[in-house]
Amino acid sequence: MDLHFTSDEPTADEREAVDALLGPPESSWRGGARDPHADTRHVDGGRAVRELRHLLLPALHALQGRRGWISPGGLNYVSARLGVPPADTYGVASFYGMFSTTERPPTVVHVCDDVACAPRGAEALCAELERRCGPAGSSQDGRATWQRSPCLGLCERGPAAFVQQAGAGREDQSLAPASADALEAVLRGREVPERPGTGSVPQAGSPELRLLTRVDVADPASLDDYRAHGGYRALRRALQVGPAEVLRELHDSKLAGRGGAAFPAGVKWKAVAEAPARPHYLICNADESEPGTFKDRVLMEQDPFAVVEAMTIAGYAVGAERGFLYVRGEYPEATRRLAHAIGQARQRGFLGANVLERDFSFEIEIRRGAGAYICGEETALMESIEGKRGEPRNKPPFPVHVGLFGKPTAINNVETLVNVLEVIAHGGDAFAGRGTAASTGTKLFCLSGCIEKPGVYEVHFGATLGELIALGGGVRDGRPLQAVLLGGAAGVFVGPAELDMPLTLEGARERGATLGSGVVLVFDDHVDLKPILARIAAFFRDESCGQCVPCRVGTVRQEEALARLLAGGADEARERALLAELEQVMKDASICGLGQTASGAIQSAIRRLGMFGGRA
Amino acid sequence: MTHAVPIAPPRRLVELEIDGQKVKTREGSTLLETLRAHGQDQPTLCHIENLTPVNVCRVCVVEVEGARTLVPSCSRKAEPGMKVKTDSERVRHSRKLVFELLASSVDLSLVDARTRGFMAKYGVDPERFGPRAQPAAANQRDAAKPGHHHHPQPGLAATVAQPVKVDNDLYVRDYSRCILCYKCVEACGEDAQNTFAIAVAGRGFDARISTEANVPLTDSACVYCGNCIGVCPTGALMFKSEHDLRARGEWHESRQTVTRTVCPYCGVGCNLELHVQDNRIVKATSPLDHDVTRGHLCIKGRFGWEHVQPAARPARETDSTEKEPQP
Amino acid sequence: MLWGSNARETHPIFFHHVLQGIHNGAKLVTVDPRRTSSAAWADAWLGLDVGTDIALSNTLAREIIHAGLVDQEFVRRGTSGFEEYARSVEPWTLERGELVTGVPRAAIRDFAHALGSTDRVQICWTLGITEHHNAVDNVLALINLGLLTGHVGRYACGLNPLRGQNNVQGGGDMGAIPNKLAGFQDLGDAVARGRFEQRWSCTIAPERGYFLTEMFDAMEHGTFRAAYVIGENPASSEADAQRAERLLQGLDFLLVQDLFFTRTAQLAHVVLPAAAAWCESEGTVTNSERRVQRVRKALEPPAGARDDMWIVQELARRLGYEWPFGSAPREMAENAWDELRALSPMHAGMSYARLDSEGGLRWPCKDEHDPGATFLHGRLWERDPALRGRPAPFSVLQHEPPVDALDADFPLRLTTGRRLSDYNTGVQSGGFNSPLRVGECVELSPEDATALDLREGDLARVSSRRGAVTAPVRIDDGLRPGLAFMTFHFPDEVNVNRLTIDAWDPKSGTAEFKATAVRVEKLVRADVVGLAEARA
Repeated sequence: MDLHFTSDEPTADEREAVDALLGPPESSWRGGARDPHADTRHVDGGRAVRELRHLLLPALHALQGRRGWISPGGLNYVSARLGVPPADTYGVASFYGMFSTTERPPTVVHVCDDVACAPRGAEALCAELERRCGPAGSSQDGRATWQRSPCLGLCERGPAAFVQQAGAGREDQSLAPASADALEAVLRGREVPERPGTGSVPQAGSPELRLLTRVDVADPASLDDYRAHGGYRALRRALQVGPAEVLRELHDSKLAGRGGAAFPAGVKWKAVAEAPARPHYLICNADESEPGTFKDRVLMEQDPFAVVEAMTIAGYAVGAERGFLYVRGEYPEATRRLAHAIGQARQRGFLGANVLERDFSFEIEIRRGAGAYICGEETALMESIEGKRGEPRNKPPFPVHVGLFGKPTAINNVETLVNVLEVIAHGGDAFAGRGTAASTGTKLFCLSGCIEKPGVYEVHFGATLGELIALGGGVRDGRPLQAVLLGGAAGVFVGPAELDMPLTLEGARERGATLGSGVVLVFDDHVDLKPILARIAAFFRDESCGQCVPCRVGTVRQEEALARLLAGGADEARERALLAELEQVMKDASICGLGQTASGAIQSAIRRLGMFGGRA
Repeated sequence: MTHAVPIAPPRRLVELEIDGQKVKTREGSTLLETLRAHGQDQPTLCHIENLTPVNVCRVCVVEVEGARTLVPSCSRKAEPGMKVKTDSERVRHSRKLVFELLASSVDLSLVDARTRGFMAKYGVDPERFGPRAQPAAANQRDAAKPGHHHHPQPGLAATVAQPVKVDNDLYVRDYSRCILCYKCVEACGEDAQNTFAIAVAGRGFDARISTEANVPLTDSACVYCGNCIGVCPTGALMFKSEHDLRARGEWHESRQTVTRTVCPYCGVGCNLELHVQDNRIVKATSPLDHDVTRGHLCIKGRFGWEHVQPAARPARETDSTEKEPQP
Repeated sequence: MLWGSNARETHPIFFHHVLQGIHNGAKLVTVDPRRTSSAAWADAWLGLDVGTDIALSNTLAREIIHAGLVDQEFVRRGTSGFEEYARSVEPWTLERGELVTGVPRAAIRDFAHALGSTDRVQICWTLGITEHHNAVDNVLALINLGLLTGHVGRYACGLNPLRGQNNVQGGGDMGAIPNKLAGFQDLGDAVARGRFEQRWSCTIAPERGYFLTEMFDAMEHGTFRAAYVIGENPASSEADAQRAERLLQGLDFLLVQDLFFTRTAQLAHVVLPAAAAWCESEGTVTNSERRVQRVRKALEPPAGARDDMWIVQELARRLGYEWPFGSAPREMAENAWDELRALSPMHAGMSYARLDSEGGLRWPCKDEHDPGATFLHGRLWERDPALRGRPAPFSVLQHEPPVDALDADFPLRLTTGRRLSDYNTGVQSGGFNSPLRVGECVELSPEDATALDLREGDLARVSSRRGAVTAPVRIDDGLRPGLAFMTFHFPDEVNVNRLTIDAWDPKSGTAEFKATAVRVEKLVRADVVGLAEARA
C-alpha cells in the first residue's frame, strides 16, 4: 500500500518493544534500515503484509506497555510494520480505553467506581485518593496518575483497582481490595505486591461442585496437578470417539451458551463443523466485562488448563486448527496464567501439531483486549482480533457462516467451554439430567455488593434467587434487602418480592428478567440507587462504540434525562415518557446487544422498583 | 482453454410480502433495492449505491415478521416468504427518534429535500431533548478519551457543534454537520480511493472522523480526490468553492445547470458532471451510474477545471501579432 | 501487471478498478525503475534499470519456455515465428537477465512462473515502455510475453496500453496518424481511400505523412515551412526544447489554435483562440478501453473563442469548400460524427442516441444492435483457420541500451514522469491550488543526495549533454543510487526538456524522454545569490 507517514520517528525503545513482538523488520519498506541495493531492486509484499493486520492490537499493547502512550512515531512504526494506514491505526488506538494517544504518566491507577464497588466504599476511596494525591487525571511528579474506571471484574474483593505500568520489564497488575494506602504507595512509585486471588469461591472443595472442582484445590500452574484432578480426560475421550460423537454429546446435553444469549452450543458447533468454507476458527470469548461479572476470571486464574483443554476439544469438533483466546485487557493475572498453561500444554503435546499423537493439530493464540466493554459482543470481538475498532457487525450473516476473517467461526465464552469438559467426560445425557429440562447443568453466579460472602457460586439451575443469596450468607450485616441487579448493567433490577424467582433461563424470562452473565448484585437499604442508575447510564454512554445512531446518541439523551431527574424538579412523567421512547428506539434499531439492553436496568428501576414515580 | 465471456447465472426471483402486497425481486437484492424497485422510497443517510452498505444510521429500518429487532433495509437481503412492514408503529417510532437524535446533536440544515420530506413525514421534533449545549472549542472533541466523558451540562443537550476546519484551498470540513455515516471513510478507503487518510477515531458520542492524531489534511495522506465530499449527505465535507460562495450568499442552486461530459486529463474517460452557475463552474461531481467512474474522480477531474474559468482565460479577440508571414 | 506505468498517480480511476481486483484476490506485479505508489500496492515489484525492458522480457520468455509454461496450443494455432523467437531468447539466462536489468534472478524467475501459470493476466503499460528510442520494440516485447502465455484475446486478459490523454485514442480513431484514415484504415488501401474520396469529392494523396518528430527533422532540413498547431504546446513539451523552439521560430508560417497563449502560441504568426473541447463544445472522445463517449457543452466560451470544429469548417469555407455540418454545436458535432460512421465500419453502430443512453460504446461496433467489444483479438483462438485469420507474429528483439550513455561526466540516469495532481506541461492543471503540488524538483536517492552533499530543499544544478536547469532537491527512497527523477509539469520554472534527448523511435516517432544522462551538482551560496539576482 502507498502509505503516507508524518515525519514522526519511533524511539529506540518503541522499536525494540514492537520488534520483540514482530521480529526485526524485513526491509526499509517495513520500517527497517535501508539497504540501498536489495530494497531498491525488488520487493515482495502487498497481500502478505496486509494480512498481518491482526497483530495490530498486540503491537499497540507493546507500545503502550513500553512507553505508557502511543506516540505518533510509535504509531508510524507499527503502521509501517503491519501495512496499516496510520489514520486507521489511530482510529483503532483511540477506540480502546487502555490505550492513550496523548502523552501520560507511565503508571496509571484505574480505580473502579462502578456498581459493584460502589456499595463497598469506592466513592470514599476515590475521595481519599483525591485528598492525598490530587484529583483524577493529575500527577505530582509526571510518573503516575489515577483515574476512575468502569467495573474491573474483581467485584468479590472490591473496591478494586487496576494498575497499568509501562516500561521495560514492568507489567500491569490488579489490586483488590484496594486501600488508599496501597494506591498512594503505587502513585508514589513504590512496589505493592499483587495478592494472589484465592478465596473467590466460598464453596471451594465442596464435592457438589462440577465446574469449580479444582479451584483452590489443584495448582493452577501445574499440568501434572491438573491431570491428577481429572484434567485432559475429556480430550482423550473426545479424540477417541471422534468429532461427530462430540457434536452428538453436546447436542444431547442441551448446553446453552452462558454468555447471555443462551444459544444452544451444540447447534452452533454443528453449523460450523458443517460449513463448507475453510479454514474454520474457534474463539474463546474471555472478554468478561459486564459490570458485576467475574466468574470467567476466576476460572481462568484458578483452572487455566481447563480453558485450554475445552478449547482444544472445541477446535477438534468444529474442524478448526487455530483458536483465539481473547482475554479482557484488565485481567493481567488470568492472561499470565493462561499463557503459562498454553506453553505447558504445547510442551507436553496437548497442543500444537498432532495433539496427543493424533492426526489433529491445534494452536491457541492469546489476544489481550484493551479496555472496551463492547468487545464482549462476539462480532465486535472478531473485529478486534482482526486489528480493527471493536464495532459489532450487522447480523445476518452469523459468525457460524461468516466469522473471524470472514470464515466460519465458533465462539463461546469461558464458562460455556468449561461446561463442555463436563459434557464430554460424563456424557450429554448425564449433563442434561442436571438442572431443569430447559436449563441443563449447573450455573455460575457472581455474588457481590452488600452480601456477606461475595464470590463465584455454582448451583444447579433451578435454585431460587433467595436460596442463592442465602448460600452467600445473606445480606451483609443482616440488613434488609433493597434490590438485586440481576445480569449486570445490561440486566434488570428486581425487588425483595422476587426472591422466589427460579434462577433458570425460562424462570427469569417469565419474570421479564434475565440471568445475563450470572450477576447477582445485592443492594441493602442503605444504598442510594440514584447514583447507581447514573453510573449505569454513564457506563453505556462511555462504552457505546458509536457506530449506530440509536445507541450513540440515545445513550447520551438517556444520561441527560436521568441527570434531570436526579437534579430534582423535573417533570417526572415527561422524563419517564422520554426515557421509554429512547428505550424503544435503542431496543428496536440498535445494531447490537449493547444498545438493545442499555435501557434495561434504568427501565426496571422505574417499572419494578417504582423510582421516579414509576410504578402506578 | 475457454475464451468465452463468463456470465453470471441468471438470478432467480424471490417472492416476499411488503406491507401486505406480494412482490417479486431478484435473489440477492436488498430490501431497499426491492422497495425502491416497487416505487417505495425509504429514508437513507448512510447508504449510497457506490459504497458497501454499513447500515449505521438506522433510518431505513423496517419490521420483518419474526425478527426480534427492526432490520436495516439497506443491507438486509430479501428472502422468500419474508413479511416486511415499512410503516408500522415501531418503524415510524424508530425512524422519528433516529432523526430526532441526529437533528438534536448535528446540524442537518443542508440535507437534501428528500430527507427533509421524510423528517416532516415522521414529525421530527429535535427540540424536545432540551436547549443545545455550547459548541466545543476547536479540536476539543478530537481530544476526547475513550471511556471517559464529562458529565452532562444540567438541562442541556450535548451536540457535536464545533468550529469549521479549513486547512487547505480545496476542502472544508464542518464536523458540526457530521452524522458519522462512515461514507467518507469508505470512499477514502477500500470502497474507492484506498488512500485511508481518514478513519473513525474515538468511541461512542465522542467518535469522530479524523486523520492520524488529528493532523491537518495537508500533513495527512489525503490526495484531494474529493470522493469523500461526493458521498457526504449533510454538507459536512464541502468543496471550498461551494463553501465560499455559500458564505457570501452567492450559492444559487436554482440558477445552476448540470452537464455531463468527459474529463480532459488522462485516458481513463471519467465522466464529470459540471455544475455551472452564471457561466462559471462551481463544482464537479461524478455520476454514480457510470461504470468507469462509479461516482469517483481524482484531484484533476475534481478540481482541474479552473483553466476554463473566466479568470484563467480573459476574453480576447484575435491578437494581431507583430510578425507577418514571410513571403 | 503494470510495466512502466505508475497508474496510481497517472490513471487514478483505472487504478480504483485495479484495487478492487486486488481486494477480490487478484495479484499485482509492477515493473518500474522506481518504487512508485503503484509499486507499493504490488505483491511483487521488479526494479529494473532504465531501458532494459527488452532484456527483462527476453529473460522472462526464456524462463517460461524452459519451465514448460508456454501455452502450447495457443502458440501453435494463433502465432507465428515461435521457433526463431525461442532461439533468440535462449542466451537470456536468469543470470544474464539479472546482470543486465539489475533485478535479482529469483524475482525474475518468480514473475516468469506467475505469468506462465496464471489463468488470466492483463499486461498494462504506459510511457515507461513507449518513451524510449526503441518504443515499438518495447511494446513488441510485452506482446511476445502475452502471446507466449496465451494472455491475449480472452476475457479479462490482454495487452492494455494506458492512454495518457483523454482523446489520444480518439485521435488515432479519427485518422490523426500519418499512414491511416479514420477507423485505422490504411492510407495505402485504394478501396478504403476511394470511399473517402467519393464522400469528400476529392483525391487523397496515398503517401504517408510525418510523425511529429519527423516534422521537426523536416523543419531542420528546410522542407517543412508552415505548421497549423491545434491544442499542442511543442515548444514546451518536445524533447530538447531549445531545438524545438528554434525550429518553430524559423517557420514561414505558424498558426496556433489553443485555449491559451502558450509558449508555442507566443511564437505564432496567427493565434486562433479556441473553445475548450471538453466543456465548451460538443463531440466525442475515445478512452483507453476504446470506449467512445460524448463530451458536452456546459459553458459558453469566452468572447472571441470558437469551437475547434467551427474554426476548421470556417477555414475550409474561406478556402472555397462548403462543408455540410451546420454551425450549432450539437448539430455540427453529430453531423460530422454521422459522416465518420458512414466511413469507418468500426464506428458504424455508435449513434449519438446510443452513446448518450449507454454511457459510451467500445469499438468495434458494427451496427445499431452491436453491443461493442470488451476485448479484441479473440479470433486468434478460433479452431477454424479461416476465422482465425493471420496468426500473430512473435518478434525477435535485441536489447539496446538508452542512447544517452552514462559516463564519468554524466553519471546519473534521469527519468521523467508525472505526478498525481499535475498534468503534462501544467497548462490545464496549473489553474487550481493543489495542496499536493511541490513544483519542479530533482528527486534523488538518499545515497546520491548524501554523496553530493545535498539535503531536501537545497538547490541543485542538473546538467545533461544538451543543457542545464536548476531545481530544488527532494529525496525519494523509491529511487536507487544512480537514478534521478523529474517531472515536466513546470516548464516555465524549470524546463526539464532542456535536458532530455531527442533521440526517437523511428517506428513510432516517440522521443526518449525516459532516459537522460545527467550530472547533479550542489549550488553553492554564491550561485544561489546570483540566481536570485538574475530572476529579480
